[in-house]
Amino acid sequence: MRAIFWKELADHLGSRRFFILSLIILVVAGTSVYLGIQGFQENPAAARDFPYLRLFTTAPGALPSFLSFLAFFGPLLAVLLGFDAVNSEFTRGTVSRVLAQPIFRDAWINGKFLAGLGTLAIVVVSIVLLIFGLGLYALGFPPDGPELARLGVFLVLALLYLGFWLALGILYSVLFRSTASSALAAVATWLFFTLFLYMIAGVVADQVVPVRADSPAEAWLKHENLRDFILRFSPVALFEEATLPILVPSYRGLSLLALLMQPGVPTNPLPLGQSLLVGWPQLVGLLALTSVCFAAAYLVFMRREIRTS
Amino acid sequence: MIVEAKGLRKQYNGVWALDGLDLAIEEREIYGLLGPNGSGKTTTILILLGLTEPSAGEVRVCGHDPVREPLAVKRLVGYMPEKVGFYEELSAFENLRFITRLNGIPEGEARQRILEALEQVGLKDVAHRPVATFSHGMRQRLGLADVLVKKPRLAILDEPTSGIDPEGAAQILDLIRLLRDEAGMTVLLSSHLLHQVQRVCDRVGILHRGRMVAEGRVAELTAPGGFVAVLAQASPILRARLEAAEWALAVEEPRPGELQVTLAEEGRPELLRFAAEEGALLLELRPKEPTLEEIYLRYFRE
Repeated sequence: MRAIFWKELADHLGSRRFFILSLIILVVAGTSVYLGIQGFQENPAAARDFPYLRLFTTAPGALPSFLSFLAFFGPLLAVLLGFDAVNSEFTRGTVSRVLAQPIFRDAWINGKFLAGLGTLAIVVVSIVLLIFGLGLYALGFPPDGPELARLGVFLVLALLYLGFWLALGILYSVLFRSTASSALAAVATWLFFTLFLYMIAGVVADQVVPVRADSPAEAWLKHENLRDFILRFSPVALFEEATLPILVPSYRGLSLLALLMQPGVPTNPLPLGQSLLVGWPQLVGLLALTSVCFAAAYLVFMRREIRTS
Repeated sequence: MIVEAKGLRKQYNGVWALDGLDLAIEEREIYGLLGPNGSGKTTTILILLGLTEPSAGEVRVCGHDPVREPLAVKRLVGYMPEKVGFYEELSAFENLRFITRLNGIPEGEARQRILEALEQVGLKDVAHRPVATFSHGMRQRLGLADVLVKKPRLAILDEPTSGIDPEGAAQILDLIRLLRDEAGMTVLLSSHLLHQVQRVCDRVGILHRGRMVAEGRVAELTAPGGFVAVLAQASPILRARLEAAEWALAVEEPRPGELQVTLAEEGRPELLRFAAEEGALLLELRPKEPTLEEIYLRYFRE
């Protein structure tokens, strides 16, 4: 499996599509962080608690924060690494040649998945380190222990999230014979979860529990809960909900109840363990989605006949 | 016996691709699997390699069962698929190195084996060029090199010469013979090109609708030879007389005024006498080459 891992990793890192997408992510991430740093210079008070974490979550001006950017564009990179993993080997005619070598069949798909994950890890870690470097340059002091711990957790979460999209891409590459249809399906799924589901959730919640500005708090609560319930089918929402408490230490949950009680609740930061607890269900959901996706790809691949005609 | 299969059956989407196939191949033999497209050649090969499971029947390859111990079989068997594909952006050398790594061959030895194999197939000069720039014939030879680096006991080649010009095909056939003579490999090749199979194979098996319809040495399978005579400046009367003669088995007129007569060995004196008496111009009299084509057609016309 090691041979497959290294070959696939080298293929990914040398491919043009990887280069272009990482470049886009790098440029936009760099810009948003740069603006964030400028915000610190205008308002030095904001830099007091967890300045490094703020670099990832604050949205200066019209640009999205690094976090929402990763939630939106990260999947595209991950899915593009996976969508032709298996079917391109069929069209190139390399399947039977490789599988005629003394390797277990699952070593191949495992190696491909791990290589994709390794590639994503390289991208995410280097971008985070770059942001650190920019922050160090602008702020003039290093991040402290809790900040580093939180960023470590964030990296794991980000990889889990991107791993889901990678597994989805690989699943499509097993299900669809042509790379064009698997790419289309992958991009369609990405658009559905990042854009349409948000609209659908809003519309459905409005229809089922209509609310107006003067509606009672219970109605609003029901409306928001229904919206959240639908949204939580999307890995994008799960990822955002799971990472917010990690990157915003004072964050206590998304529910309206928490928001309503906000004035009465102290806003001082939670310890890492408690922040983790806030996002724990979402984290487990994300892990489950990733596992199910990869398991499906694995099973279909193992049963596939090698014969193409 | 390096390959032994009994009563192989395989169903694809409700169709029996193999319907009770028996196969036995001896060590150091070049065995040709013949048959039209869809007769079950590739299916047989995939089953031998453990790449697909038979619906029924027993197989042993190099003493192992490909269904239960696919890895043991794959370690000893080299395989070149029909439409052999490579990673286009990698060079010939890198493509082969991926294979040696998958086989767990240590780097130093692998390097030597790869260069040796590329030299044997005549691709050493282009070893570091990406495969995307290779012609079809070069790819096919790279496919052979891919089998060679493994140093297998049994090499299975699926249509090794399909779509190649005659010169390239001849090169590949020579290489196949070399595999057996120098490296002591057993070779199983499938093809629908009869004259090529005839050139290199010790034994052939003819497949039809998933069954073995004939098997044996090429010489045994082909019809007894006989002779062919060509007469020039023939008139219709001459033709009629020839057709009436008992020793002339068949009379054809490939070109106007030229008659081609097929006859048995014993018919030669009769022919010479006939030519002398009738004043016919005998252009040539040669032994008829036995071909598989006839027997092949005999089976598939039915």
